[in-house]
Amino acid sequence: MDTALIGWSRAQFAMTAAYHWLFVPLTLGLGIIMAVMETLYVVKKDDFWKQTAKFWQKLFGINFAVGVATGIILEFEFGTNWSNYSWFVGDIFGAPLAIEGMLAFFMESTFMAVMYFGWKKVSKGFHLTSTWLTAVGAAISALWILIANAWMQHPMGMEFNPDTVRNEMVDFWALVTNPVAISKFFHAVFSGWEVGGVFVVGVSCWYLLKNRESRFARQSILIGSIVGVLGTFMVMFSGDKSAVHVAKYQPMKLAAVEGLENGGPRAPFSIVPGVEIPGMLSILATHDLEGIVPGVNDILSGYIDNEGNVIPSVEEKIERGKAALRSFQDYRAVRDTNAVMAAEAREALEQNMDYFGYGYLDEPQEVVPPVGLVFWSFRIMIGFGSFCLLVLLLALWFAYKDRLSGKTWFYYVSMASIPMIYIAGECGWMTAEIGRQPWTIEGLLPVKAAVSSISASSVITTFFIFLAVFTLFLVIEVRILIKAIRKGPGIDEVLPDIK
Amino acid sequence: MITYDFLQHYWWFIISLLGGLLVFLMFVQGGNAQIFMLGKTEAERGLIINSTGRKWEYAFTTLVTFGGAFFASFPLFYSTSFGGAYWVWMLILLTFVLQAVSYEFQHRVGNPRWVSFFRNCLVINGLLAPFLIGAAVSTFFTGSDFVVNKAAMGEMNPVISVWGNGWHGLEALADYRCWLFGLMLVALTMCLGILYMLNNISDSEFSVRLRHRLRIVSVGFILLFIASMGSIFLSDGYAVNADGVVALENYKYLHNLSQMPGVSILFLLGVLLVLVGLSLALFSERYYSKAVWPAGVGTVFTVMSLFFLAGYNGTAYYPSTSNIQSSLYLANSCSSEFTLRVMSVASLIIPFVLAYIVYAWRSIDRKPITREELATAEEKY
Repeated sequence: MDTALIGWSRAQFAMTAAYHWLFVPLTLGLGIIMAVMETLYVVKKDDFWKQTAKFWQKLFGINFAVGVATGIILEFEFGTNWSNYSWFVGDIFGAPLAIEGMLAFFMESTFMAVMYFGWKKVSKGFHLTSTWLTAVGAAISALWILIANAWMQHPMGMEFNPDTVRNEMVDFWALVTNPVAISKFFHAVFSGWEVGGVFVVGVSCWYLLKNRESRFARQSILIGSIVGVLGTFMVMFSGDKSAVHVAKYQPMKLAAVEGLENGGPRAPFSIVPGVEIPGMLSILATHDLEGIVPGVNDILSGYIDNEGNVIPSVEEKIERGKAALRSFQDYRAVRDTNAVMAAEAREALEQNMDYFGYGYLDEPQEVVPPVGLVFWSFRIMIGFGSFCLLVLLLALWFAYKDRLSGKTWFYYVSMASIPMIYIAGECGWMTAEIGRQPWTIEGLLPVKAAVSSISASSVITTFFIFLAVFTLFLVIEVRILIKAIRKGPGIDEVLPDIK
Repeated sequence: MITYDFLQHYWWFIISLLGGLLVFLMFVQGGNAQIFMLGKTEAERGLIINSTGRKWEYAFTTLVTFGGAFFASFPLFYSTSFGGAYWVWMLILLTFVLQAVSYEFQHRVGNPRWVSFFRNCLVINGLLAPFLIGAAVSTFFTGSDFVVNKAAMGEMNPVISVWGNGWHGLEALADYRCWLFGLMLVALTMCLGILYMLNNISDSEFSVRLRHRLRIVSVGFILLFIASMGSIFLSDGYAVNADGVVALENYKYLHNLSQMPGVSILFLLGVLLVLVGLSLALFSERYYSKAVWPAGVGTVFTVMSLFFLAGYNGTAYYPSTSNIQSSLYLANSCSSEFTLRVMSVASLIIPFVLAYIVYAWRSIDRKPITREELATAEEKY
């Protein structure tokens, strides 16, 4: 197997996803904020809210274009770079992507055009509905993408069919109600609310620092911080659920996240290397101090889980996986000629099917993801995310009590929190996606068995083309956003206490 | 009775419908391809960009949904074609990526060089995207160089679909039929772009230029259409028998046309409507601005009928020229019956989606764009 091809295919997908996730959270969060602002305009009939909503909608539009540009590449990269994957699980994985297009993406893009161009062309009510449908469409879009992603982390609702050589969906409801999908959806969408909140607060603080657009900035901070705080609390709640799911379904990822070599009951939570809280990891991961959290070595050598199940060693899993592959080959060889042998081979395959993906591995160590990267990504996510919550809470307090004036230090902190929340989001995805290596689908298909048969040089070429294009887009977008922010909404109505 | 066979045909119908809608909505690309040819002044170029710029998301979203629907319903095509004809699909995607940002970015950077750069990106997308999509679709009839071996999943380093050469799809350009198809689609989208702008822009001086340009482009389109259809109908096709054995059949697509009267009627009706649209735009002083609608419906019908010819009536829709038994047909490349049933329920949303698109479209386009509107509008590209 061409390791360069696998590496570059992963790099290309990761790079595209990383760029995509720079734009999506703001779409999710800012969508809600601008919809709330426009609702205030319709309810209060105050033109101030119209201008305020229009300004944030302008920034939303700039951000949206690059989001869809990177998103389309992601969808098609499943086919271009992960060809085996596309057939092996396309029967399940393709459905959420198609439904996303039909149900959500059309809604988002159709009503965004009305929102952007329709101010003088449609009624207030229809315009407001369009703005909300744009925001809701973005969230529904995220829902289906995350259902698809969650299925890769915790596959369910399917059966392997050796005749068609693929996994086939048998329970769509299981796919949709996958507990990992639900926690992922809330975690990702509400993290977008936090990003939107931090972005709006940070930008608004810049106006306060420059003593411009005072009313606009104060009201935006109030709305932005409410949405941001609500979102962050939901992120924390769903994050707790997510930790329990990871402990249950992806124990190696959790071990990597914690840098836990040897686990067991009363497992410690590592704040940073050398600073631990005894028993905290067991509580977080299992909601029980005596809950067993296996470490990397436990998983490699086998352990007994919290339900008393004996989890075999990775070496044994690999052996059983190879037995599954042999049984599959045997079945294919005799299925048309010897029904008895075919039935035996199929039975043997089914006995080892749970470890099918392990059959492609050579060494037990292959199941260990890059621990250092995952460990620090998680901590940066938690650290920066928590810091931004503090900023949002302060912003809410100051805005609610009308004490935003003259807090220069807070203006700077708020502005600095914008890059921090983006880094937190990127680190969150790094934790989730690098933490599940080497699997494209947990336990079922490692990346090296999922990749397309193309030359590494082709992938390297497209990697650098997309890297250059996306980087150019990012630079231009940031420049345009800064330019639009500098220009401002032009409302310029100064409140009494500023005077 | 909804059988597995019916579901496969139903999903090919959905794919065909999305393909037809995509080609129609690529009037955006057709308009953009002519920004510099048609727009003699900055105001006119602004009219073109703002006219197509209010619809670009539809073509883009339809492309995404087309890809998603193919993935969900015919995943073996998704894995074989996208992973194999790598360069063709990557180039198509790259041009759409450039388009997606060009509207928003062109004026906001505040530098004339960037305006020119992003407009050229729109032109590149306007020309290359229809050409490459046309060339890619033509391989449904001409075939591609690949081998499929599903049993390879039992090996340590599995490869299900292998492309037969290092050109990864670009080798299709060695076949004149791909050029004909690609250029025909470029000419068609240019015609549709002009028809759309005649409907969407109210400017008598500009309309005269649009209609004058249409004379040249429509003649080019009709000639290319006749040539590309001739090349298909006179070619051998890939027939599939009841046992799933694929074999070459002389004039297969012509046979399909004669053996499927409904498809023949759809094809002829589609062609007729396109011709009606072009004629109205060229010769009717009263209805020229409405010409996009018959031409648009005709385009959808014609493209759908071509997809039907490629996939129905025991035809391999993605033939392999290097290993004919690796050719993809509906039954060997589709999703499971369960998935197709689930997806069929989900597809019931499509009429509602089309309905709100029509409603939103009409809301925005109630009044055509004018120079005066653009001179004062805050929301413009």
